[in-house]
Amino acid sequence: MKNLSKYLVVWTACTLVWLLSSPSALGDTLKVCTTCEYHSVKEAVRQAKAGDIVLVDGGVYKESGIEITQPISLIGRNNPVIDGQNSGQIITIKSSNVKLEGFTVQNVAVSYMRDDAAIRVADHENIQILNNTVLNTYFGIYLQNADNSVVKGNVVKGESTGKIESSLGNAIHVWRTDGAEISNNKVEGHRDGIYFEYVTNSRVHQNISERNNRYGLHFMFSDGNVYTHNIFSKNGAGVAVMYTRNVRMEHNTFEDNWGAAAYGLLLKDISQSVILNNTFRRNTTGIYMESSSRLDISSNDFDRNGWAIRLLSSCIQDTFRLNNFTGNSFDVSTNGSPTMNLFEHNYWDKYGGYDLDKDKTGDVPYRPVSLYSMLVERVPPSVMFMRSFMVDLMDSIEKVLPSFIPESLVDDRPQMKKINHDSDRKLVQNLR
Amino acid sequence: MNKIIKYVLYDIVRSKIVVAYTLFLLLLSIGLFNLGGSADKGLLSLLNLVLLTVPLISIVFATTHFYNSYEFMELLVSQPIRRSKIFLSEYLGVSLSLSAAFLIGVGIPVLLFAPGATGLYLVLTGLFITFIFVALAFLASVITRDKAKGIGIALMLWFYFALIYDGIVLFILYSFGDYPLEYATLALTALNPVDLGRVMVLLNLDVSAMMGYTGALYKSIFGSGWGVGIAFVVLVLWVLVPLLTSRRVFQKRDL
Repeated sequence: MKNLSKYLVVWTACTLVWLLSSPSALGDTLKVCTTCEYHSVKEAVRQAKAGDIVLVDGGVYKESGIEITQPISLIGRNNPVIDGQNSGQIITIKSSNVKLEGFTVQNVAVSYMRDDAAIRVADHENIQILNNTVLNTYFGIYLQNADNSVVKGNVVKGESTGKIESSLGNAIHVWRTDGAEISNNKVEGHRDGIYFEYVTNSRVHQNISERNNRYGLHFMFSDGNVYTHNIFSKNGAGVAVMYTRNVRMEHNTFEDNWGAAAYGLLLKDISQSVILNNTFRRNTTGIYMESSSRLDISSNDFDRNGWAIRLLSSCIQDTFRLNNFTGNSFDVSTNGSPTMNLFEHNYWDKYGGYDLDKDKTGDVPYRPVSLYSMLVERVPPSVMFMRSFMVDLMDSIEKVLPSFIPESLVDDRPQMKKINHDSDRKLVQNLR
Repeated sequence: MNKIIKYVLYDIVRSKIVVAYTLFLLLLSIGLFNLGGSADKGLLSLLNLVLLTVPLISIVFATTHFYNSYEFMELLVSQPIRRSKIFLSEYLGVSLSLSAAFLIGVGIPVLLFAPGATGLYLVLTGLFITFIFVALAFLASVITRDKAKGIGIALMLWFYFALIYDGIVLFILYSFGDYPLEYATLALTALNPVDLGRVMVLLNLDVSAMMGYTGALYKSIFGSGWGVGIAFVVLVLWVLVPLLTSRRVFQKRDL
């Protein structure tokens, strides 16, 4: 028995040694620091061959135009800083299978012609950009034609105060890419937090996007993506997504997007998508929907928004189920009479009906669109008369005898009690 | 003048209606704050009630009080006291007692349950509305000798400001919806003290909805110091205009 345990210890030790030394077996390690062989990241990267590791240990490197043309790993230890000093793009990745980890990359000037970024991946696959900090740049991390790439754990911070939209770049910009993973990043102070164009089958999760000048998340023509557990808050115009199919948005939080043209979530020409278990809190408009069809909007919380949902009449066949509407100034408003949309089993805090058969479902239908909300939609200045006694009276009369509000927008089975989404939210988190 | 105010106040307190009013407001505010759950919700319900009941009670109470103290005023007029002094003393007596009732009934619960700028605006609005509607009541009372007619006019005034006015304005807005109406709406709200008070409180309460495009404009106007200043100046005008008009009528009239 004693012998056996001895063997086991030796065997484990051997394995460990082999594991630790294995990278050197695949390629060399080029060290960069003030006292090392290399003093310049650029020089070390140029010398590196395929499979090598360039290890940068601390220090500030005033360099830009670093081009990675071999499948290497560029790793930073003890937080090395690469300062571009506003002289163009800093790191350009022109090879597949590159790993970039642990750097602080800063200072890229505005460049309208070249769209300079701190880190750019051009036309190569399987890139990993992990745990970097990008400060004060025009574009932050820019992926173009970079299939199956991972952008994880990065912090991209810009300075947007006092700047106009056109002089700002996007924090994470992805273009024409398939199967990207964007996760655990924190982006702020840019034009758009996360920008997708022609990006397909990608996953965006656990990111925090806040205080961006325009949108927290912006995507167009990007089918088949999944967005989960992200937080989008205090962005200039919230989140806007357009011209896309087959999207899943789950467990995201959209909050504090305030302003005349700010939306928690703006959906334009989105179809066949699922919006589940999200929280919309304190937005001027929770969800604004235009020409969007066949959406499943279920189990969301709409809390203290100006308008919870603005459903334009161009939307068809959308389903709203099991949502909570609490403390919104207007629950649903519309500009005409949208057809074939289904409201079912939602909880409305303004519902005044009764439940005689005790099945927890109200016996009288609830009409979420009020006469006054339609008036406000038509004549915006009349918002000044909110909570006026006359308005309440008008709404009450209209509820008893509906004649102006659209017949089709009605919840026939409103819930009597607020639906508890928190428990299944935790469950889903555990499952993942 | 102080002596007359003292007598008026004594008379009012003895009638116990003001005490009942205080208790009514106190019960209402405490009840609403405990019922609503959040302080904001309580303030919102309270706002609705304040804007509806305070003008009504102020105007009805002030009118009946004016007619009931007619003999007292006739007595005073026979003394070497100036008529405007008598009139202003009556006005201050009624409005001070009603606003004291409001301060105790609403001010204290607001201070306890929802202290802050919104609560302050609500209390200030309520006080101004008390002063304004007592002035309007006195205007209604000096117009006619007939008590029934006077109360009728007072009630009509309340009905107009609390209900009809908003209806008319909404109708105008709807009819002229194709035109830019932002500033017109602003002017129209200033023409009704109840609306003006409501808007001032709302801009603090329904923040989200008020951040829509029109709301943002008003927010920028009422959010700034001078905007609030102008709103209060307009409210003061709403006190002074009916008060001075009715004083003038009272001075010249054959009692």
